[in-house]
Amino acid sequence: MARVVVDVMPKPEILDPQGQAVANALPRLGFAGVTAVRQGKHFELEVADDVDDATLAKIAESFLANPVIEDWTVRRVEA
Amino acid sequence: MRVGVITFPGTLDDVDAQRAVRYADGEAVPLWHGDHDLKGVDAVIVPGGFSYGDYLRCGAIARFAPVMQEVIEVANKGMPVLGICNGFQILAEAHLLPGALVRNHKLHFVCRDQWLKVENNSTAWTTRYDKGAEILVPLKSGEGGYQADEETLKELEGESRVAFRYVGGNPNGSRNDIAGITNARGNVVGLMPHPEHAIDALTGPTDDGLGMFLSLLDTLVKA
Repeated sequence: MARVVVDVMPKPEILDPQGQAVANALPRLGFAGVTAVRQGKHFELEVADDVDDATLAKIAESFLANPVIEDWTVRRVEA
Repeated sequence: MRVGVITFPGTLDDVDAQRAVRYADGEAVPLWHGDHDLKGVDAVIVPGGFSYGDYLRCGAIARFAPVMQEVIEVANKGMPVLGICNGFQILAEAHLLPGALVRNHKLHFVCRDQWLKVENNSTAWTTRYDKGAEILVPLKSGEGGYQADEETLKELEGESRVAFRYVGGNPNGSRNDIAGITNARGNVVGLMPHPEHAIDALTGPTDDGLGMFLSLLDTLVKA
């Protein structure tokens, strides 16, 4: 078994109102110096060893992310 | 005319959509998300709600439901398909319509009666309206912001594929004030506001939404 991490982020040109809300809240909570926040999704997949990179890319692109509005990355990590 | 109305786990507005079909003298045929069966209907409505709890992204899981595989096939052959609210999100995720719906720009769930301008009255679902007519129907959504890249927006505007546009203020940050769009063929329409809730002045703000279901009747009679 391998652990695979898929990160999904809104594309830079897509408005991210959730990230903006977090960024706006930080000064109110007394945290200075954070100029921007973007919010995305982080998936951790436990994957059998025979699942190849092309399949993982297909999972990310066709299901976990919507490429119209989101970018994605896939990486294998130490479990 | 037999009009299918899909029910997914989490669908809310299937009953009102069925009622709207009956108001337009159609036969409403309930369709189940888990069936590979359209029961011989002449058109399909994908209604609003929170299919599969809106998990992952709105419409992202519903798009893979067995019934949607049948809908995608017949939509590509020209059958009239209407997606309302969550239904619009599902049709976008299924690539039957371009673009995507994202969280409202001010994060709040918007629930109000909303004025819309009919921009295209030649789709399968809009022929009963005058071009440029303004209609008042409920809008109730948290993720109704229409997003698409510049090229897609240019194509939609250039080909008159914006079916409805918000007037009197943009409620959710949609690009170009877009409330609803159609595919190139004009048989598939998706919109965030709810025409099925505005078919009788007794139970809705107006009966302005009934025109969409009467338009479908005309389309099917002509076909």
